[in-house]
Amino acid sequence: MAAPIALHLEFGGGAELLFDGVKEHHVILPDQSEPWDMKQLLVWIRANLLKERPELFVQGDTVRPGILVLINDADWELMGELRYELQDQDNVVFISTLHGG
Amino acid sequence: MCQVDEEYNGQLEHVATPSVSKKCVKCKESTAVLIIRAVDAFCRCCFKEYFIHKFRAMLGKNRIIFPGEKVLLAVSGGPASSSMLSQVKEGLSRDAPKKLRFVPGIIHIDEGGASGQSMEDRRRAVAQVESVLRSSNYPYHIVYLEQALNLPSSVLEVGSSATEKLQTGPSYKAAVDQFIQTNQNLHPDLFLENAWSHLSSLSMQEVQNGLSNPITPENTQALQRLFASVRTLTAKEDLLQTLRQHLILHTARTEGYTKVMMGDSCSRLAIKLLSNISLGRGASLAMDTGFSDSRYGDVVIVRPMRDYSSKEIAYYNRMFDVPSVFIPGLDTKAQDKASIQRLTESFVNKLQTDFPATVSTIYRTSEKLHTACPPQNTNSPTFDKCLMCACSLDTNAEEFSAFKATLISEQLSQRRGPGPGLSLGTAGAPGPPPASFTGQGQCRSSDEGQRMPATLDLKSLLCYSCRLTIKDMTAVDILPQYILAEAERKKRRITQMKIVILGSLK
Repeated sequence: MAAPIALHLEFGGGAELLFDGVKEHHVILPDQSEPWDMKQLLVWIRANLLKERPELFVQGDTVRPGILVLINDADWELMGELRYELQDQDNVVFISTLHGG
Repeated sequence: MCQVDEEYNGQLEHVATPSVSKKCVKCKESTAVLIIRAVDAFCRCCFKEYFIHKFRAMLGKNRIIFPGEKVLLAVSGGPASSSMLSQVKEGLSRDAPKKLRFVPGIIHIDEGGASGQSMEDRRRAVAQVESVLRSSNYPYHIVYLEQALNLPSSVLEVGSSATEKLQTGPSYKAAVDQFIQTNQNLHPDLFLENAWSHLSSLSMQEVQNGLSNPITPENTQALQRLFASVRTLTAKEDLLQTLRQHLILHTARTEGYTKVMMGDSCSRLAIKLLSNISLGRGASLAMDTGFSDSRYGDVVIVRPMRDYSSKEIAYYNRMFDVPSVFIPGLDTKAQDKASIQRLTESFVNKLQTDFPATVSTIYRTSEKLHTACPPQNTNSPTFDKCLMCACSLDTNAEEFSAFKATLISEQLSQRRGPGPGLSLGTAGAPGPPPASFTGQGQCRSSDEGQRMPATLDLKSLLCYSCRLTIKDMTAVDILPQYILAEAERKKRRITQMKIVILGSLK
């Protein structure tokens, strides 16, 4: 039911090291019946974009502690964190605040 | 109520998540964009104000920086130090109300030699950082870690505090007036506005050539050999930290800076506090994590960013376009258990997600720490300072201390049997009485014998955690020349002092 969603993803603070050094990604999430939410996005990123060491980015259901997530330049805690439903043309930024990337 | 056979059937309520359009708690008008300290939601403008104000308040509360003073900013390129640089720019700009008044310079250390980066990557990273530094219009120094191997041994001396007399004055204002007067007398043409024009007339090229000798592959190899001789990542990070401090100190001293600003954030300091305890640096916790660190005497290290959590810094940099460069370090992509520092970092971060007050609690505890002993007077010898980290030696093993127990078990587990005394003042050590300092060790003929006493002799000049770092090295003579030279010098002075004392007892 949901149309394919185009997203603009950005990685910073060292997180880009896990994605071959590429900081910006334009992705299109495929069609599916339920709306895409952040939890599913993380699963999708892990399967399709992450090049190495998944445990340094994702931990269980959510991101690793120390990685800040901004959705459309707002803290994702204000948007419902994993439960936020993605809209077309959303901008999601992952910034690592950890010492070692 | 809590009864013995009551069961929770998993009906625990979720904490109510904030609704999508929460209002800013400060202005109560605009939509909030960020949550700080787990409950406070700020809008963009209020956050910016809050951020800038905190920096000024931190400097104003701890009245340590005098107007016209030369301050060296240590910028690694990472988010916290870049943020600090932008705050300094903001605070010094002409149109800021109550603008800050000091004279900044910047130092950046290229540590790629230690973390095994290729020359290509290092050049690229340094070029990126340089473009950020150039845009600030302050004089900057780019220093390479390889230069740490060629430092003079005078860098390990604790200088006398230039501002000591000033700070005992009746009030901050009086101290400032005194400082201004002394400076005007010394350098009449280098004061405030004159200082600005003087600095801006220095071409960047001149400033750079002052310190940056071209690094040769031999230097890089020597540095890599040094780090390769250290077995554990914990000790490597510790050694890197020590070398970095020495380099910054040397630059500050030669270029005439009396203060150094480091960009340690609240989160970073909380992690540092816990890992320092694990490393055995408990005795110098107050200096390592406090606002000001005056262990070097003439150069004082301040940490103005210590009130900012890493989340606030990352958010501010993103929102207000503060450029920062990510440079991979020794522990990038290392596993959680690779080193003590790394493990502590992952522990604190994980705890912080479930208990958002973790970092601030640790931070507030660190604020309450003070050194127990009274400040050293300049007459007391520098023998009781650690050779490498310049904090007071804490290795006076008392009779029933835990430290004494570790020493005894170490001696017992050595195959050779107890050698020359491990520490200077070990009262009642088992085995033969401690040999004289220049005596027994150097009479041994075997090469291995030569190396063992060198390790043991260095140990008497080091604090507990520096000893542990050295113990992790396969060979002590790989240490940079200036450390070994200073160790020799100190040992000679101790011997001479002992001779004088013994002579006067007769």
